[in-house]
Amino acid sequence: MARMKFVCDAERCINCNGCVTACKNEHEVPWGIQRRRVVTLNEGQPGEKSISVACMHCSDAPCMAVCPTNCFYRTEEGLVLHDKDKCIGCGYCFYACPFGAPQFPNGASAFAARGKMDKCTFCAGGPGENGSEEELKKYGRNRLAEGKLPLCAEMCSTKALIAGDAEVLSDIMRERVLRRGYGAELWGWRVAYGDGKQAQRGQRVHAPEKP
Amino acid sequence: MLTKKRVSNATVGSARSLATPMVSRREFLKRAGLASAAGVTFLGARSGRWVAPAEAQTTQAVNPASGEVVRRSVCTHCSVGCAIDAVVKNGVWIRQEPVFDSPINLGAHCAKGASVREHGHGEHRLKYPMKLVDGKWKRISWQEALDEVSARLLKLREQFGPDSVYWVGSSKHNNEQAYLLRKFVSMWGTNNCDHQARICHSTTVAGVANTWGYGAMTNSYNDMQFSKAILFIGSNAAEAHPVSLLHVLHAKENGAKIIVVDPRFTRTAAKADYYVRIRSGSDIPLIYGVLRHIFANGWEDKKFIAERVYGMDEVLKEVEYWTPERVEEVTGVSDDQVHMIAKVMAENRPSTVVWCMGQTQHTTGNAIVRTMCILQLALGNVGVSGGGTNIFRGHDNVQGATDVGPNPDSLPGYYGIAEGSWKHWCRVWGVDYEWMKGRFASKELMERPGITVSRWIDGVMEDPAKMDQPTNLKAVVFWGHAPNSQSRGKEMIEAMKRLDTLVVIDPYPSATAAMAAMVRKEGVYLLPAATQFETEGSCTASNRSVQWREKVIEPLFESQPDHVIMYAFAKKFGFANELCKNIKVTQNARGWDEPNVEDILREINRGTWTIGYSGISPERIKLHMKYMHTFDVKTLRANGGPCDGEYFGLPWPCWGTPEMKHPGTPNLYDTSKPVMEGGGCFRANFGVERNGVSLLAAQGSHPKGASIQGGHPEFDDKLLKQLGWWDELTDAEKQAAEGKNWKTDLSGGIIRVVMKNHGCLPFGNARARAVVWNFPDPVPKHREPIYSPRPDLVDKYPTHEDKKFWRLPTLFKTLQQQVKEISKEYPIIMTSGRMVEYEGGGEETRSNPWLAELQQEMYVEVNPRDANNANVRHGEWVWVETPTGARIKVKARVTHRVPPGTVFLPFHFSGHWMGQDMLPFYPEGAHPIVRGEAVNTATTYGYDVVTMMQETKTTLCRLKKA
Repeated sequence: MARMKFVCDAERCINCNGCVTACKNEHEVPWGIQRRRVVTLNEGQPGEKSISVACMHCSDAPCMAVCPTNCFYRTEEGLVLHDKDKCIGCGYCFYACPFGAPQFPNGASAFAARGKMDKCTFCAGGPGENGSEEELKKYGRNRLAEGKLPLCAEMCSTKALIAGDAEVLSDIMRERVLRRGYGAELWGWRVAYGDGKQAQRGQRVHAPEKP
Repeated sequence: MLTKKRVSNATVGSARSLATPMVSRREFLKRAGLASAAGVTFLGARSGRWVAPAEAQTTQAVNPASGEVVRRSVCTHCSVGCAIDAVVKNGVWIRQEPVFDSPINLGAHCAKGASVREHGHGEHRLKYPMKLVDGKWKRISWQEALDEVSARLLKLREQFGPDSVYWVGSSKHNNEQAYLLRKFVSMWGTNNCDHQARICHSTTVAGVANTWGYGAMTNSYNDMQFSKAILFIGSNAAEAHPVSLLHVLHAKENGAKIIVVDPRFTRTAAKADYYVRIRSGSDIPLIYGVLRHIFANGWEDKKFIAERVYGMDEVLKEVEYWTPERVEEVTGVSDDQVHMIAKVMAENRPSTVVWCMGQTQHTTGNAIVRTMCILQLALGNVGVSGGGTNIFRGHDNVQGATDVGPNPDSLPGYYGIAEGSWKHWCRVWGVDYEWMKGRFASKELMERPGITVSRWIDGVMEDPAKMDQPTNLKAVVFWGHAPNSQSRGKEMIEAMKRLDTLVVIDPYPSATAAMAAMVRKEGVYLLPAATQFETEGSCTASNRSVQWREKVIEPLFESQPDHVIMYAFAKKFGFANELCKNIKVTQNARGWDEPNVEDILREINRGTWTIGYSGISPERIKLHMKYMHTFDVKTLRANGGPCDGEYFGLPWPCWGTPEMKHPGTPNLYDTSKPVMEGGGCFRANFGVERNGVSLLAAQGSHPKGASIQGGHPEFDDKLLKQLGWWDELTDAEKQAAEGKNWKTDLSGGIIRVVMKNHGCLPFGNARARAVVWNFPDPVPKHREPIYSPRPDLVDKYPTHEDKKFWRLPTLFKTLQQQVKEISKEYPIIMTSGRMVEYEGGGEETRSNPWLAELQQEMYVEVNPRDANNANVRHGEWVWVETPTGARIKVKARVTHRVPPGTVFLPFHFSGHWMGQDMLPFYPEGAHPIVRGEAVNTATTYGYDVVTMMQETKTTLCRLKKA
């Protein structure tokens, strides 16, 4: 059985936000809700790296553990989805999530109270009939049911963000890492904490700050 | 994508047409699992089409169950040319699917490409014609608009002559519209027309074409996968051409070395192996420094230079001058870094160079780009797969509009505007030359290049006695062009005040409307144009591949496609019959007369022999669009199938007639291939000899299989007879070719005989010119920008003498001397560039909520040191003030991206004017969501000495806390 995952290859991500607008486009996600976003570290300096982040569809999902109404459920392919009819918009999942995935649209009530939680569905919709109008309205498109993968990954400008069966993804990443022989994924003490020589193959950068 | 391997299609169905699930989730997972077992070794290649080819190829496939139609188009945001599949239901564009089959983008998109469906329902658009009445926008009917605008323009034409109207065309038009506009403007009687190429790559087009024949990208994005080293200089491709990085990173992962040279540590630099920080505008000394190391170490390609280059010796004298000390003094780059560039480029051949507006937008732009050509010639990197000069163009069809569109100095196909050029096109158009001449104020003005878009404001304000045309400009028609992309915005407002009539034809009313309404009470008209998704036609990507866009949806609101509007005006002006003599005109869905787009392309085919648009028929391109999956991703060549052996999009030159079946030219000047397989050589366009030295290629250097095994001039009827090839023409061809050359023989017979029978290129076989003797600096010379931060260097490297060209007196040295010490007051270099979410002037993309949400404020990037000196903190408002007296209020983005002493501002904003929101001046509901200061409100004077390219990359400013 496939286990669906996202992987973002930091050696390839160029912070173009293609994934972000693909998501907006496919699901008509309203202004202010970011099911997916790109995070950049060391912006403007040698070592600058970006990755695209959304719900990671955790195997042991903290959101699921803390939800007071048990609105989350796990699909057969390992996706963490939720039932908006059960959600009370409390925001507890937002506290629990290490990635800031849960989003809260402004409700109609005073003080812009939180609406029901919204997050990345891995383009797999929600409970209810696949491809139904109701599903589309509440959760967006159900691409998986159509035999397609999440649009963010399908449209990634450099194929940095990939989605699909975790086993396949790890094969792809393994081959990339081995082939290029540099990059953050070549873990090990020296790469992670040492002189970083290997990491520097990707980054022999001279940036003298001369006016 | 990645886990979706091609599977047998028994139950899956077409991915393009699925609304209702045709396969259960469980079924899918099984299939995904099966697919994964087969193993995916993706590293940039197309993999994993979930769809069986039979379905995938069918554009216009209707799913009978859902009523959905898939229409294939191309992104309208940059020159990469990413294909798009639009799913349409009941006339509404409901979804956008990736086109994995496209060899150019393999389904990939940046933020802009992934958001184009918004065009199908976006409301921040001009919805109906409007005019300014007493300072307020008022809705009018199309009839009223056409009547009033044409009456006003005709009155001006009568009173001041046809040169009193300026037509700003567009690189966003498709080829057919761009071509028709050049024809339209000619029939109006002027050369006063231009488009975005002037301010993006005009210096490249002129500089590179004068070096070796054509001023275009020599290779392709895909071909960069063969490069072993890639030098980006003045290009931030990760933001300006994001999908090109798909190919670049693939090359890198296979071992190619990436070097980025830029004043900013860009997002492209973040992906590079080496980054070199340079002072803005000092590219020439840097490249000379690199060449010095190349020659000092014997890394130059001696055979290549001996056989295919003219004038390298003369260049070497200039190279001698640029000692490491001098290079460092001017550029700020240390010699070990310069040496590193030389070594990496020399030891990892084929190596390629990429440049964009970081090189072109300078007073010395034409010379900067030539040094890049010289570098590649020295390394023998031209005409080689993996090498070349990969010049990334900007707009989606800026290459096509440059090739066949509204250029002030040329008719379509770079034919120029000499008498012979006019006669050629009059024959193609089926109109009488004398009639055409009569449309102009005089024969002189008919053959004199018009004013450029960068200078239209001076065309309005300059003393006519000092101009090379009898009148000031009285009316300007902005037909798909933003005003905030031109420099000297503060003066533009003055020019707008003085105009009699200002017309804007655009899907988005653009900053023009708001700027005009700020200073005028009347005389401004806005006409809603359709987008490229609301019409059909061809567009040319940067790599010269031509793609066809199907019409996705009917024009929204009251908008009409540009060529329909052109025809409507032509009727008013009385030349509709001449405009469409060979073009079928039918009624469109709304009852307007529409010139047939395919017919227009066929007319382009019949006339544009020079650059081989002649073989690119609508039928051939459409076949390519349908069989995209048969083309190889690296070589772009079809392997089997109906397009077997052809290159994707028939990259021009696609020589001769469509029937000759030339496959297109993937890499220019490549002698390793026969000409009928896309091979070539340098063009003989500058004579055969100069001062006793031959300009033709040496004996032994020729395209593979050519019967003339060395240099030769271009072909005409006489040469054909001389060689005894004349009788190989048919009788009909002989009749057409008599007294003509390969460019003007409308039968294509000369081209057929020299190419098919003799394996030669019709344009001759010559040497590339390292010395362009017809330019002000034949050997490229460093000259300080007019607003230089280094008064000490201004004396050593002064700019050119003042000069009158393109109909206008232009300041160089006078102004430079005047402002020589101005860096004391304005000490910071101000440069501008792109950001990924927006494009061009930005009104269109800032009107798209999916993009607008990502970048909500105009900003200036400031180094922490300069920020601290100005007492400005990250996120605070700051005034950027320039010597023009303009000041713009923007947010400070404090970052190490820029070095101390340099600030960067993106150029996509408009809608604020020196601290004020211009919202009240936009037509209601048609304003962009995000507005901000236009950097060009503050930019200064300065133009390239050959092409009038504006200097926007190096000027001066100071920061004041707001």
